[in-house]
Amino acid sequence: MIPAPFQYYAAKTVNEAIGLLQQHGDDAKLLAGGHSLLPALKLRLAQPAVLIDISRVSELKGITSDGDRLVIGAGATYYEIATNEAVRAGCPVLAECVGQIGDIQVRNRGTIGGSLAHADPAADLPAVALALGATINVMGPNGARSIAADDMFVAMLTTALSSDEVITTVTFPILGKGEGAAYAKLRHPASRYAIVGVAAYVKLDGGTVSACRIGVTGAGSVAVRQPAAESALVGTSGDDAAIAAAANAAGDGVDYLGDIHASAEYRQAMVKVYTRRALTEAVRRARG
Amino acid sequence: MTAETMPTKLVGQAIKRREDPQLITGQGSFLDDIKLPGMTHACVLRSPYAHAKIKSIDTSKAKAYPGVVAVFTGEDMLDLNPLPCAWQAGRVKNNVNTPRVLAVGEVHFAGDPVALVIAEDRYIARDACDLIEVEYEPLPVVVDAKKATEPGAPQLHENAPNNIVMEWEAGDKAKADAAIAAAEVVVREQIINQRLIPTPMETRGSIARYEPATGEFTLWTTSQAPHVMRLVLTAFVFGIPETKLRVISPNVGGGFGQKIFCYNDMAFTMWAARKIGRPVKFVEDRSENYKYSTHGRDHITDVELAGNRDGTITGLRVTTYANLGAYLSTIAPGIPTTLYGRIITGVYRIPAAYVKVYGVYTNTAMVDAYRGAGRPEASYLIERMVDRFAAEIGMDPAEVRRKNFIPPDAFPYDNGLGLLPYDSGNYEAALNKALEIVGYADFRKQQEEARKQGRYLGIGISSYVEICGVAPSKWIGLPGEGWGAGLWESANVRVHLTGKVVVTTGSLPHGQGVETTFAQIVADELGVPYDDVVIEHSDTAGTPFGYGTYGSRSLAVGGTAVYRSVAKIKEKAKKIAAHMLEANPDDMVYENGRVYVKGSPDRAKTLAEIALQASVAYDLPEGMEPFLDETTYYDPPNCTFPFGTHIAIVEVDPDTGIVDLKRYVAVDDCGNVINPMIVDGQIHGGIAQGVAQALYERAVYDENGQLITGTLMDYAVPAAHMLPPFETDRTVTPSPVNPMGVKGAGEAGTIASAQAVMNAVIDALSPFGVKHMQMPATPENVWKAIRAAQASS
Ligand SMILES: Cc1cc2nc3c(=O)[nH]c(=O)nc-3n(C[C@H](O)[C@H](O)[C@H](O)COP(=O)(O)OP(=O)(O)OC[C@H]3O[C@@H](n4cnc5c(N)ncnc54)[C@H](O)[C@@H]3O)c2cc1C
Repeated sequence: MIPAPFQYYAAKTVNEAIGLLQQHGDDAKLLAGGHSLLPALKLRLAQPAVLIDISRVSELKGITSDGDRLVIGAGATYYEIATNEAVRAGCPVLAECVGQIGDIQVRNRGTIGGSLAHADPAADLPAVALALGATINVMGPNGARSIAADDMFVAMLTTALSSDEVITTVTFPILGKGEGAAYAKLRHPASRYAIVGVAAYVKLDGGTVSACRIGVTGAGSVAVRQPAAESALVGTSGDDAAIAAAANAAGDGVDYLGDIHASAEYRQAMVKVYTRRALTEAVRRARG
Repeated sequence: MTAETMPTKLVGQAIKRREDPQLITGQGSFLDDIKLPGMTHACVLRSPYAHAKIKSIDTSKAKAYPGVVAVFTGEDMLDLNPLPCAWQAGRVKNNVNTPRVLAVGEVHFAGDPVALVIAEDRYIARDACDLIEVEYEPLPVVVDAKKATEPGAPQLHENAPNNIVMEWEAGDKAKADAAIAAAEVVVREQIINQRLIPTPMETRGSIARYEPATGEFTLWTTSQAPHVMRLVLTAFVFGIPETKLRVISPNVGGGFGQKIFCYNDMAFTMWAARKIGRPVKFVEDRSENYKYSTHGRDHITDVELAGNRDGTITGLRVTTYANLGAYLSTIAPGIPTTLYGRIITGVYRIPAAYVKVYGVYTNTAMVDAYRGAGRPEASYLIERMVDRFAAEIGMDPAEVRRKNFIPPDAFPYDNGLGLLPYDSGNYEAALNKALEIVGYADFRKQQEEARKQGRYLGIGISSYVEICGVAPSKWIGLPGEGWGAGLWESANVRVHLTGKVVVTTGSLPHGQGVETTFAQIVADELGVPYDDVVIEHSDTAGTPFGYGTYGSRSLAVGGTAVYRSVAKIKEKAKKIAAHMLEANPDDMVYENGRVYVKGSPDRAKTLAEIALQASVAYDLPEGMEPFLDETTYYDPPNCTFPFGTHIAIVEVDPDTGIVDLKRYVAVDDCGNVINPMIVDGQIHGGIAQGVAQALYERAVYDENGQLITGTLMDYAVPAAHMLPPFETDRTVTPSPVNPMGVKGAGEAGTIASAQAVMNAVIDALSPFGVKHMQMPATPENVWKAIRAAQASS
């Protein structure tokens, strides 16, 4: 539980952090809330020679709203997000999700940027990012670019981010009339990570589901969408039978994990159960 | 506490713990808080393999690392004997294998210590461990106790064929066989009591200092038994005079049994401190605590319970494979024998019972006492089977219990399994009270309604009895039980010249509040202000020898020693007062700290006046020694047997298998109560751990012997949000064993609770045809049990 030696830099700006990343290459790691990185360091599963602390970079802080979208600083903690008025009003599912992450200490330290960059297979936020079609905005040596959530999560602990890029903000839509979203989670009693987590987004147009997006985390090696279940719901009224049918279609395309906490078989079954629960709540909310 | 707010009688009052202001404001001094001048830091290199030959160890790079003071291997410490074990417990024969301080030649579990680095700080010590090169030759591994005894299984130790430590039995096999053959109904199960990791909040550790001028060691260590550690380290491990070691337990942050035992760090910090001439500190990190310090439970049991259709239980036959790990820990063989096999029939009068226990070596961490130590395994087994039997014959589980309880007039009761007789009990009263609190009849109606709506509620009853204040020495020592140790306890009480009272005890707290309860007893009995009593403990310098704190014995044995010393003080005080008042000692009355001649309470001498007289000593009765100073070594005539009934109500979500623990009622009888708040606290903590065994905790080794629940991210200890408010109540059946009528409460909560929850879960699942499932009832296990039952019906 004692990390290997490392050099420590406290960056003051995003550019400084990028410069340090370029300078130290693969030896360096960004440090945000530390709640994924430090456990790995303590178990010596990761032994970076250089840590670049970005938790004091003020550009990465803050949550703003422009009426259509919420722009969340990568350095915003779960606590800040869960208690932010604009988030609670405009995108309550986000508050619902981060409010269920870990325990109080984790929520006070962990950041949205760290969670999305780390892409833990059991992390909660990737499911919500997928279901809401979030955008991950990053800065690198060649300037800024945006990554759609659908393109972000590549494989276990692997994202579309390159090693010299820093996530600066994450953009979420503000949900309007007829839109609803929910996050349902089966959590591990020790770590409280998701054994299975399902985020669902539903849009109703005149009583008919016109759009649906589902993100699943925890079950497999990486968070994924559920196209078959989504299209099963689109065009229906979103009643219980339609939701049951859609939930039943969920579970494809997941590279299921099996371990002592849950077998692949159980995770597969729970994807359907939690898809039903998330969709039911999302439709209820969409109906207003 | 001021005199105004102080009730006249303290015993029985919920007085706030005097320990807490220091502890909860962060001013305690735990092991890792201690810093000595010149202190060095130790880190242990541990085997990554669960079983391997050590071909070579190269420490040269580590030794050369800047800041490293020394590096040692097992070969360097061959002058130390292996750690001791009370090996005769369980009638172990000649196949004892206890750990060496560092492994020599072969490792037997993942975590076995291979080398020791001493450095200027802990970081350097840890880094240098990575520079030690060890060549291993891996050997085959076995982690399952039953499989380890099968032909062809990997063998751990040459002197233990088939890995068997001992074959132990109790009861009457012929009678049990006959009862089972003749029974109307026999229910059979394989019941697994999974391995648990005690997880005290503070991990273990040691700091040793050596004085070359005198050859004396001082050892600070996280121990529940400092006097015993002093004895075994000097006499058994080092072979030096006992007088050359002082052992101090600082504030200890929980133990749950794990801190009773003798561990290698106690010895290697001492050895290395002497070698390098500087103090050495070792503190486990959490991973090391999980890998190396003792675990609990881990039984595989085949059980048959026989009875008649009218609900009478007629027989019980049990075969248990108890996993004891790679080596024997300090009292390991005593746990699945004396403290398990001998109380396997629980609160019931079962005319024919037999239990056979195999203790087994496996390539896993050592298993020894963990809160409850044997009794939780016993109570879980019988309470699960009684429910199983009730379901089989279609009888209410409360009714079956009532029908078979040992009745109140049958005490003292001999259960035929080699225990001393149960001291006292009124099992039905506790059951009735618990049923009333929970609203049993109403619940059954709600349950039926809920089932119609597709909701699955369940209720689980656990009526338990346990063994506390384990003693007397003549039974637990030789020859029958063979623990090779007495289990008395000691106390010295002195009333100083100023009237202040100093109590030293061989017992000690590690979170229980013994300073408070002992002071309550002394203040009441002597009639002095509570704040005038100080309790000193935990340091072998200045306290009389004692066996330590475990087995819920601190009050029943240690507290009684205090009580007796106080009684002796009062006797002497009466003699002195008689002398002062020129009266006959036989006519003296001791009341509320004053002594007077019977009938003349106005002419009294206070204890302070008497103590002054005893101290200045120029006018004492002829031949009397000065000072009020009395010591007691108390060896009780029997153990005590607390009991009670716990009831859990759960709701199971059949889609996910999630168990929601909705209510928890505990009615405990621990005899007379000194401090109800402390008893409640003990019960609460105990229930949390038992509920966690039922729903969350399990230590899992993979087939290669790797502990895959090696962190707190994988191993689920209970947190407050996982538990409902506990509804606690009591019945009071004083123990006739000791003068205060106390029994003990430290483990009862853990002993009673796992089966209350599991019985409730299985009751909830009965509409699906589930008859039994193993702990923990995790969502997936419950979900699978439902599906398996559905598939087979
Ligand atoms: C006890 C415990 C329980 C937990 N429970 C949950 C849970 O229930 N659900 C859940 O989702 N998570 C859980 N977590 C993980 C937690 O959410 C982490 O905080 C999160 O995964 C990482 O965020 P962080 O800010 O702590 O990042 P860090 O640990 O500091 O960094 C993680 C990784 O992201 C990189 N990184 C960080 N910020 C950026 C950035 N702006 N741009 C690019 N790369 C970046 C780092 O270099 C590092 O590789 C738990 C953690 C713990 C310790």
